[in-house]
Amino acid sequence: MRIPFSYVWRSLWARRLTTALTIGGVALVVFVFAGVLMLARGLEATLVDTGSPSDAIVLRRSATSELSSQVDRATADVLEAENGVARAADGRALLSRELMLVINLYKKKSDAFGNVSLRGVTARALELRPGVRILEGRPFQFGTHEVVVGKSIATQFKGATLGSVLAFGGDRWTVVGVLDAGGTGFDSEIWGDVDQFMQAFGRPVYSSATFRLADPAHFDQLKARFQADPRLQSVELKREQEYYREQSQTLAKFIRILGLLVTTIFSFGAMIGAMITMYAAVANRTVEVGTLRALGFRRWSVLGAFLLESIVLALVGGALGVALAAFLSFQRISVINFQSFSEIGFGFALSPSVVVSALIFAVVMGIVGGFLPAVRASRLNIVNALRAA
Amino acid sequence: MKLLRLVFKNLLRHRLRTGLTIVGIATAVMAFGLIRTIVDAWNAGVTGAAANRMITRHRVSLVFPIPLPYKDEIAKIPGVTGVSWAHWFGGVYGDPNDFKNFWARFAVDPETFFDLYPEYQVPPDQMAAFKKERNACIIGRKLAQQHGFKLGDVITMNGDIYAGRWQWVVRGIYTGREPSTDETQMFFQYAYLFEQVRQNEPGRPVEVGWYVLRVATPDAMPRVAAAVDDQFQNSRAPTKTESEKAFQQSFVQMSSAIITSLQVISVVIVGIILLVLANTIVMSVRERTREYAVLKTLGFSGRHLVGFVLGEALVISLSGGVLGLLLTFPIVQGFAKALPTFFPVINVAPLTLALGIGAALLAGLAAAAVPANRVVRMPIVVGLRTVG
Repeated sequence: MRIPFSYVWRSLWARRLTTALTIGGVALVVFVFAGVLMLARGLEATLVDTGSPSDAIVLRRSATSELSSQVDRATADVLEAENGVARAADGRALLSRELMLVINLYKKKSDAFGNVSLRGVTARALELRPGVRILEGRPFQFGTHEVVVGKSIATQFKGATLGSVLAFGGDRWTVVGVLDAGGTGFDSEIWGDVDQFMQAFGRPVYSSATFRLADPAHFDQLKARFQADPRLQSVELKREQEYYREQSQTLAKFIRILGLLVTTIFSFGAMIGAMITMYAAVANRTVEVGTLRALGFRRWSVLGAFLLESIVLALVGGALGVALAAFLSFQRISVINFQSFSEIGFGFALSPSVVVSALIFAVVMGIVGGFLPAVRASRLNIVNALRAA
Repeated sequence: MKLLRLVFKNLLRHRLRTGLTIVGIATAVMAFGLIRTIVDAWNAGVTGAAANRMITRHRVSLVFPIPLPYKDEIAKIPGVTGVSWAHWFGGVYGDPNDFKNFWARFAVDPETFFDLYPEYQVPPDQMAAFKKERNACIIGRKLAQQHGFKLGDVITMNGDIYAGRWQWVVRGIYTGREPSTDETQMFFQYAYLFEQVRQNEPGRPVEVGWYVLRVATPDAMPRVAAAVDDQFQNSRAPTKTESEKAFQQSFVQMSSAIITSLQVISVVIVGIILLVLANTIVMSVRERTREYAVLKTLGFSGRHLVGFVLGEALVISLSGGVLGLLLTFPIVQGFAKALPTFFPVINVAPLTLALGIGAALLAGLAAAAVPANRVVRMPIVVGLRTVG
């Protein structure tokens, strides 16, 4: 026969202070756990969404990022003529030759300088990235010293708002628009005319070329063809999404390892907290347990009741922790990604999977913390238990 | 003395609970120590910066190289007693997804670089061998250990910034003079980079990543910085000169969001210590309500009772704190193994130990406050009537 749930609930209520302290401990641990998962998710989502499944990027062979890559004009011309590259209605290749550089701007908050990606693009760039739109102002004009800035840049850095003038590459550049790239990596970039940038920085070569695949399903064949092409020996083809996933790897892995290590240690502490509470609960209620047993409740019912009590404790704590963590979604952070040597802005992303993992984590803590005390309760001898006090 | 014995006897009444609480606090203090150590490791570059060195780099950003001929003009500036230069090489060694395979690789000027960095100590015979051979390199002691590199070994990697396949022979292993010296770097001859690039990518200019300046006195720094930057103001590559400390600081600043969140977490940890401890003390005091009433009847004053509760809390928190700090050392070691080369210098600082114990003590005091107050205020009759 099962012990009614109300018994569990009332037992917890009877020792409100202890219950609250234990719940608080679990809540803090779950808060940190959920926060770490949300951060790693947010970073990955930002960078992976930056790439599109139907696009591919060409980089110099064994280059790890656009910054360390070089693609010369001749190679770009070969690519432009390739029939693996999708064509726009006017018959021209949907391909953007791009230049990636890093400049320093000063942060609004800390006054320290941060690294900002500067992307020179061609007219096809916006067509290739339908997710990117102009939020304020207007697009830059090709052939002029005009740039548009991502909205993360506009909000986090000084002197990068609409109408302001940036100085780099020995010239002055007017900000004529703010980009909204829907929370992707482009939000942390400044875009301008690639030819203007190349001239200003004295760069004879591009960093990369991004194009729409004529047939995304046959990517592997195209890659093999490129590898066999003697004119394309210096470059390497990658799916755009794959490229951005690689860019996020180190930072995401770092956040995960550090975060999980800390939460593992924390959860150990919280389990001990739950265990202390439950052992005390068992010790205080020896007579009660004896009475329950005398009334005919079986050992496993007692075990179940105490275990349930511990799970309820953990679950309430877990829910509280997740609720606290939900507030983090309003927070955005900007941090250096050493793979691209530039700042990347991203937020804490609360997803159903994060909520579920956090609650499962809480329940596991409850079960582990409550199991031994529950076993002790269930093994009490009826007569001795009734006589105790 | 007798009172102290009572405190200990009380602690031993619920051995399991006392033990669990100590372990709980130890865990939290250990986490606290680990996080503080990580934050310190982040700042290691700043701590290790010399007071007489400055860095000159391209004003727009570090990724833009500056011309090699600048070195002669910089050397002429009054207050500058030494100039050297370095260039970031990058490169991909082995599987790039393994953290172990990433370390800093610099092309440096063999004649001047090590004079400016006396903290990298290289045996004279190894230094001579390094200078003689074009494709020689000097690596840090820790790096050598991590990969089992020995003198005479060949290190091969693919270039990412500079194309081609690159090979170096290990001719020297440096050790750090200070505990805060980074022992995971690799230095090779700038001339080797220059020649290889000319061969692999004809027409591609090879310049300098940054200049390292030694100044006579730290006071001269602002003047030297202004003089250097003025000199190149209107040239193709304008510069930015700052102290090495500020230069390193700017790297730390880039990750400030992570450091801030780590600091928030370390405060949360103190909260967790408090909760675990408060829970135990509250429980013990509640169970012994009647006993405390009896003690009061026997004539023990409020001060004694506070002493009992506080003593118990402090003994638990201190033992937990000490145990936690002892555990900090192995966990830091384990962490350094899990993320090798991410933090070149990772040491548990004395301040971390002091703060860890301090946090535990503070939590002990705070945890005892409410229950002690309750015991003192409780009328004897109410206490005696209480059923546990």
